[in-house]
Amino acid sequence: MNKKPKAIIALVLTVLTVALLIWTCFYAGGKYVVFDPKGPVGQAQKELIILTTALSALIIVPVMILTFFIIWRYRDTPTNKVKYQPHWDDSKKLETTWWAIPIIVICIIAVITARYTYLLEPSKPLASTQKPVTIQVTSLDWKWLFMYPEEGIATVNQVHIPKGVPVRFELTADAPMNSFWIPQLGGQIYTMSGMAMKLHLQADHEGTYFGSGANFSGEHFGQMRFDVEVQSDEEYKNWVADIKKQSKPLTKDGYLALAKPGLSQPDEYSSIPDGLFKDIVNKYVVEGASNPHAGHGEATSTEGSSQSGTEDHAAMDMSHMNMSGHN
Amino acid sequence: MLDKIKEFASTFFVTGDPMIYGADVSIALATIGIVFVLTYFKKWGWLWKNWLTTVDHKKVGIMYILAAILMLFRGGVDALLMRVQLATPDVTLLHPEHYNQIFTTHGTIMILFMAMPLMFGLFNIAVPLQIGARDVAFPFLNALSFWLFFMGAMLFNLSFVIGGSPDAGWLSYPPLSELQFSPGVGQNFYIWGIQISGIGSLATGINFIVTIIKMRAPGMTWMKMPVFTWSVFSSCVIIIFAFPILTVTLALLFLDRFGGGHFFTLDFGGNPMMYINLIWMWGHPEVYIVVLPAFGIYSEVISVFSKKKLFGYKSMVYAMFIIAILSFFTWAHHFFTMGSGADVNAFFAISTMVIAIPTGVKVFNWLFTMYRGKITFKTPMMWSIAFIPNFLIAGLTGVMLSVAPADFQFHNSYFLIAHFHSALIGGVVFGYLAGLYYWWPKMFGFTLPETPGKWAFWFWNIGFYVCFIPQYSLGLMGMTRRLSTYGWDTGWQPLNLVSTVGAFLMGIGFLFQVLQILLGIKNYRKLKDTTGDPWGGHTLEWSIPSPAPEYNFATIPQVEERDDWWAEKDKRAKGIFRKQPPIEAIHMPKNSAIPFIMSVFFFIAGFGFVFGWSFFYIPGLIGVAICMICRSFFSYDGDYYIPADEVKRTEAAIRGSV
Repeated sequence: MNKKPKAIIALVLTVLTVALLIWTCFYAGGKYVVFDPKGPVGQAQKELIILTTALSALIIVPVMILTFFIIWRYRDTPTNKVKYQPHWDDSKKLETTWWAIPIIVICIIAVITARYTYLLEPSKPLASTQKPVTIQVTSLDWKWLFMYPEEGIATVNQVHIPKGVPVRFELTADAPMNSFWIPQLGGQIYTMSGMAMKLHLQADHEGTYFGSGANFSGEHFGQMRFDVEVQSDEEYKNWVADIKKQSKPLTKDGYLALAKPGLSQPDEYSSIPDGLFKDIVNKYVVEGASNPHAGHGEATSTEGSSQSGTEDHAAMDMSHMNMSGHN
Repeated sequence: MLDKIKEFASTFFVTGDPMIYGADVSIALATIGIVFVLTYFKKWGWLWKNWLTTVDHKKVGIMYILAAILMLFRGGVDALLMRVQLATPDVTLLHPEHYNQIFTTHGTIMILFMAMPLMFGLFNIAVPLQIGARDVAFPFLNALSFWLFFMGAMLFNLSFVIGGSPDAGWLSYPPLSELQFSPGVGQNFYIWGIQISGIGSLATGINFIVTIIKMRAPGMTWMKMPVFTWSVFSSCVIIIFAFPILTVTLALLFLDRFGGGHFFTLDFGGNPMMYINLIWMWGHPEVYIVVLPAFGIYSEVISVFSKKKLFGYKSMVYAMFIIAILSFFTWAHHFFTMGSGADVNAFFAISTMVIAIPTGVKVFNWLFTMYRGKITFKTPMMWSIAFIPNFLIAGLTGVMLSVAPADFQFHNSYFLIAHFHSALIGGVVFGYLAGLYYWWPKMFGFTLPETPGKWAFWFWNIGFYVCFIPQYSLGLMGMTRRLSTYGWDTGWQPLNLVSTVGAFLMGIGFLFQVLQILLGIKNYRKLKDTTGDPWGGHTLEWSIPSPAPEYNFATIPQVEERDDWWAEKDKRAKGIFRKQPPIEAIHMPKNSAIPFIMSVFFFIAGFGFVFGWSFFYIPGLIGVAICMICRSFFSYDGDYYIPADEVKRTEAAIRGSV
């Protein structure tokens, strides 16, 4: 085989691979949920992703083209008569240029990043005229418990939220840490035992959105999916009323049974025990220990009192819930 | 009694999975086969004298590389099993628990038992030769490092058939990895496998720093040092700061599991987040530990195969050192989503993306090394060229991931998986393969045949893109990592299928490489490198015959220029010959059995700790102590001289003249 057909084979293979990839990525399969946001947080993150990608691509694409050009131009063939300078290895001008280009672009991206980091800090409430809905999320092995403290209801593996109203998620874990992610509403945040993290999201369109646990937490973590139903205000109120009427209450014992490792179908509860979420958080807080999340600002739960102050209460209430392997 | 034995055996041996029975049988057969061949050909003595007790850096390097290729095979099979499971989500090829074990061992093996030893192998092969030295600074310690790595890797792999594999992810986050959620011995295997080999890695880091500082040939100032050696130096600087963190972290986790500690548990004030901080303070620098030497290899290979000097040598060196320092300011980007607050996230986002600057500079320097050169497409160069577009994509997605609020969407998704596989395969593995092809003749005295190598290259490369590009898409579709199954309603199946096909193409590429090596061995007379300099090299290792003689350099070279061997070839072409100093007797270290024996005792102790058996770990630790005492107090007779006459005879035999 001489040189020409080899180059043609390589070219054909390359084109075929690229075509295959473009075809599969665009015409086969699922929905690009990250690029299909349904709320202001997801929208801002999508814009940020596109902006930073475009800025980086400003360097990457020309360099990619330059790479192929240089490799093609300076290949060593008997007919290739381009200039050959084996000892040319230094040019202050060129080197200054390519130290400067990435520095400038990274500076721009850094400024944008810093701005958006403060803007999109998940613990920061969203600006809105509506009063936010609070939903307390607990990741368990291997299911999600959602409690609505104001409505006094709870659900498992499904969450309903009203359209156009900011939602204040308070998140904790009563199992190894997980991560709470509804891509179309906005990015994820970890759920960790002994902490009440906050995540503010809002949905502007009705529909059913995909949510999942994103951080590995053991055997059946893959099944920790849940649906997010975004409803009109009226539908949402009806849904709450229905649950209050039709479902069973969630008791402390019921919670303990739910918290045992295992899978669960979507479920609903008409009432929740007082301060259950706070008790779950406090179950793992040790008095006198410094709050590992001091940096998170207002990471304590809505019920107000500070975490360490309620330790006695927690110890009393939750002593029977201690799942420690050492006792 | 019989029942008790049965019960013990059923927990001790992993049972219930036909695939594992298959593995048991093949392990047993392979062991019997090896023992038979060694006995039949009476090679036990040869094995002991030439390999198990050797302190020669070149042989240690070859053993590292062999072990690494074996581990690449194991980790690769793990990867293919996972990909098959993901291509058909509702067929349970792998039960979730088994799947979790496989991705845990895949990650651990690929980083710690494949990339690291392959890298150390190349360090051992190339560094002493590049700097004109006869060995590393501490040859005994070097052999010990290898055997510790080897025994650690074997201990880790043993978990597969005995006791059960770890299944809490390759970084073993607590509380999942604590006794409460992982009561089996798998996590203990993880801790001790890594701990034992980690001691070896730290020792290697120290060894090569000292080697590079103290053993350079006269005249080789810092700025005349080959760029690969520079990359090794910067990588070793990271090793000596990062690996102690790993040692301490794993020791604390061990105390939690074994001694009832509460460093990282859920209750009694344990703080799992502290573990995650600690492990990534090691874990992110680790990425740069493995990638910097690959950068060094690309620099060497690209300049040699462009027949040109490396462009911007000083920039390259500074860039590598800046990367080494910055690597310690990036760990928190692994948990932007842990709610550390905007101040922390902004700091680590920016300190992460700043690394793109020196990395970008390096890419420009490589491009301008090729500019106005004469590029020949031999296999080492092919891999180096293929690296550039790969790494541009990995770099682009890396910057995207470093933008903290955007990372809330990428974190733990397949986008991240695609990014770090691009960086680690396209950056690290491609580099090490280039290095392996490049230094192969120096190791074995023959070049590898090009044709199967090119087939391997194309299968690997096309497979690489077909495997990982769809994974970026999957991430943006909301697919998270470590899933063993997913619903058809997600629409992820077609892209997963494509990705699986890509993984198998890479697997075929690997088989072509095996074929390439076998064909090379078969035809080695035809492929023999008689010049010692098959590629037109620039640095000192190409000035000596292939394979390098035991003592490397008959006379220690006097270095005058940066690319000293290239400059000397130029001068010779003009008829100017340097005056060679007379050949004198050469001082060499003697072989020692202690590194091997001591590592076996480490293995025994580690095995004892895994099962909590004091009748194993106490003798093991005593054995380790005795080996240390023997080495410290009773081994004065550690070196010898090769007489000048013998050196002259050897040189005459391999060069044809002196």
